[in-house]
Amino acid sequence: MKLTLHIWRQANSTAPGRMVKYEVDDVSEHMSFLEMLDVLNEKLTLKGEDPIAFDSDCREGICGTCGFMVNGVAHGPLPKTTVCQLHMRHFKDGDVLYLEPWRTRAFPVIKDLAVDRSALDRIVAAGGFVSIDTGAAPDANAIPVPKERAEISMDAAACIGCGACAAMCPNGSASLFTGAKITHLGVLPQGQPERNERALRMVAQATEEGLSYCSNHGECEAVCPKGITLEVIARMNRHYIKAEWVDRGQPAE
Amino acid sequence: MELDAKIPSGPIEDRWDNHKFNLKLVNPANKRKYNIIVVGTGLAGGSAAASLAELGYNVKSFCYQDSPRRAHSIAAQGGINAAKNYKNDGDSVYRLFYDTVKGGDFRSRESNVYRLAQVSVNIIDQCVAQGVPFAREYGGLLDNRSFGGAQVSRTFYARGQTGQQLLLGAYQALQRQVSAGQVKMYPRHEMLDLVVIDGRARGITVRDLFTGEVASHAADAVVLATGGYGNAYYLSTNARGCNATAVWRAYKKGALFANPCYTQIHPTCIPVSGEYQSKLTLMSESLRNDGRIWVPAKIGDKRRPAQIPEAERDYYLERKYPAFGNLVPRDVASRNAKSVCDEGRGVGPSGLGVYLDFAEAMQRLGHHVIAERYGNLFEMYERITGEDPYSVPMRIYPATHYTMGGLWVDYNLMSTIPGLYVAGEANFSDHGANRLGASALMQGLADGYFVLPYTIGDFLASHRPDQLGVDHPAFKEAEQGVNARTRQLLGIQGKRTIDSFHRELGKILWEHCGMSRTEQGLKDALGMIPELREEFWKDVRVPGENEEFNQNLERAGRVADFFELGELICRDALERSESCGGHFREEYQTPEGEALRNDDEYSYVAAWQYQGDSAPPALVKEHLDFEYVHPSQRSYK
Repeated sequence: MKLTLHIWRQANSTAPGRMVKYEVDDVSEHMSFLEMLDVLNEKLTLKGEDPIAFDSDCREGICGTCGFMVNGVAHGPLPKTTVCQLHMRHFKDGDVLYLEPWRTRAFPVIKDLAVDRSALDRIVAAGGFVSIDTGAAPDANAIPVPKERAEISMDAAACIGCGACAAMCPNGSASLFTGAKITHLGVLPQGQPERNERALRMVAQATEEGLSYCSNHGECEAVCPKGITLEVIARMNRHYIKAEWVDRGQPAE
Repeated sequence: MELDAKIPSGPIEDRWDNHKFNLKLVNPANKRKYNIIVVGTGLAGGSAAASLAELGYNVKSFCYQDSPRRAHSIAAQGGINAAKNYKNDGDSVYRLFYDTVKGGDFRSRESNVYRLAQVSVNIIDQCVAQGVPFAREYGGLLDNRSFGGAQVSRTFYARGQTGQQLLLGAYQALQRQVSAGQVKMYPRHEMLDLVVIDGRARGITVRDLFTGEVASHAADAVVLATGGYGNAYYLSTNARGCNATAVWRAYKKGALFANPCYTQIHPTCIPVSGEYQSKLTLMSESLRNDGRIWVPAKIGDKRRPAQIPEAERDYYLERKYPAFGNLVPRDVASRNAKSVCDEGRGVGPSGLGVYLDFAEAMQRLGHHVIAERYGNLFEMYERITGEDPYSVPMRIYPATHYTMGGLWVDYNLMSTIPGLYVAGEANFSDHGANRLGASALMQGLADGYFVLPYTIGDFLASHRPDQLGVDHPAFKEAEQGVNARTRQLLGIQGKRTIDSFHRELGKILWEHCGMSRTEQGLKDALGMIPELREEFWKDVRVPGENEEFNQNLERAGRVADFFELGELICRDALERSESCGGHFREEYQTPEGEALRNDDEYSYVAAWQYQGDSAPPALVKEHLDFEYVHPSQRSYK
């Protein structure tokens, strides 16, 4: 099939960017979206043009490195699918596609479609962990965890930290990301001692990064490649409110 | 050169404990005076950096990815082994040790493997305490599954995302230390040289991938946890960015490279669909617990799978290996898939595929159980192929997956360069000639959480901290070398793309040094690779400049190193005139077509020493002794 691509080109974080049009032909339906861009980049290289920069690594939807907007939708049209796992069979001959980097102030563009998401690492560093030094753990079966709890925790822990939630949010909020980590640890017995501090510090860090509050649009849930639901935001709010107003910043009981 | 593996003496079950007692300690107040560099943030690097920082050392952590959470350990699906014996099915430290030595086809070091089995139980404790959401039973206790090469259920898992969850545990521990100021994190930094001063590793030279700036960092010890070299084959289950540059630079600075020909071809990957293919996707080996592998009994049977009656199907693993069936080790499963395809019984458009069929399991267990166990894997398969594995059998084919070879290390995980430690897939240590499933995660975390924090202390205790600066001429020299090479790559401006060279190299390796190898094939490859490498240095086109975000420049440097390493892989495979584990030489097989070892002549680790670009590397042997598990012909029948 043949496609027309309009791709955001921006030399670096300070240079102005613009959309540039590319025609690609011989696109096989079995290619992934990124393989289609690889082929385009090979052609650009041989023509002496600058290839398009985009981040990717595992190319199997788990590392969270890839991601850009396809026709205004983070990771493109297929639900629960990162752009590296999006295959060209979901497009048709003659389609016109607009590719843009993640849109949010907290993720500045590095080049073309690649952005800086280090804000997400800083949110985790603020409290997204259980404080246990190596060697200090009791036997793994010493603390039973009800299966349902473990499943809720795992649903949230599946977050790959790609940033699609923040990129898609009209309000520029990464609440789905932050809520997922707060839920993952907050529903487990291991996460209880630091539950309050974790919620307060992670939310404060997200705000510090210029990531806004949740406004219940639900766009994040719609584009999350791991199907993480708004429930994690509700849990985050509950943990936060309890920490701020009930326990007044004291450790959780 | 003589290799001293520093293996402790005494009964094997006491060696690690005695050794730990004999290791020298660094006073808690003195730890903060030492600087340690850790390159790589996967399970081995992430856990090592976090654990060393918890002890009080100053740690600098480097990764090429945009975040430490993205290291390719994250893609491991199936699980992690541990000798907990929670299932009461006869598991023990000794059995895990035994299975691992046997699975590695008697080409690993017994003492290392025993220690690995010992600390496996601590790993599970540690990860659970971190909040890793392992699968649980209704009573709230941990669940286990079985895996290839073992007859007990000892594999802990978190759906099909075990690597992700373990890595996030290590990453969170690392971020905690970043927040505490004990770890300084350098994401989007690639190590391009190792700096050795007076015979000791004293730092690294890195390129900031964001700005192109080349700078050096000094330390009292350096840890490389930079993963395997499977991407030498171009198509592999590794991430696009996985590379061997860090270990290759260390090799060229004097670290010996052990057993490079031990590469693991994973039996259950999605088959190649076309020339544009950028990577191969693994379908977890855990699928072999419930899926049945088969091909048509007749050559050239092109009917759809549902139209082939039971009697005309060949469940060849169940037929040939009744005791282990579909759960034979990876090397055996891969070779058998190749041989049925070579006979012309392969399936799919290319004929390079076999079926992995869940129909019987669906009937026995029901749709919901299969969905719960493998749901995300099935979804991934459907996304890539457009076929629904609940209704049609999966098609799978082997692909390069893991490299057992790596930098040679002693019992302390120190390379032949004092002060340079190597952990995880980057070292050669524990898996011999074949790694069992769910053992990579175990080894990475064992090295990082429970071995390095002890052994590095021993080294540092006898080396005073001297706060060496990067103004030492050795750092400047390394930086100049890196810059010169970059200029050379950018200056060629030839007519071929980097990927076209990499693909061609990959084809040579896959064809001549893949699932089966011959003397002639390897000699041919050893002629072709240097020719292609020469062409690369004359005709590659690397667009852009150094002083910018230049992904092509990054790739070009990695591919240049794969050419040199690819040659060493073939050289090692040619030298090893026997078959063992993942290294199958067609000349050496049993009448049944199984790998035929030659213990009298090849019971050693082949460690290669760099002798300059114009001379062939020297082979140094570390003899392997088997006091506990006596080498026998592996049998999974």
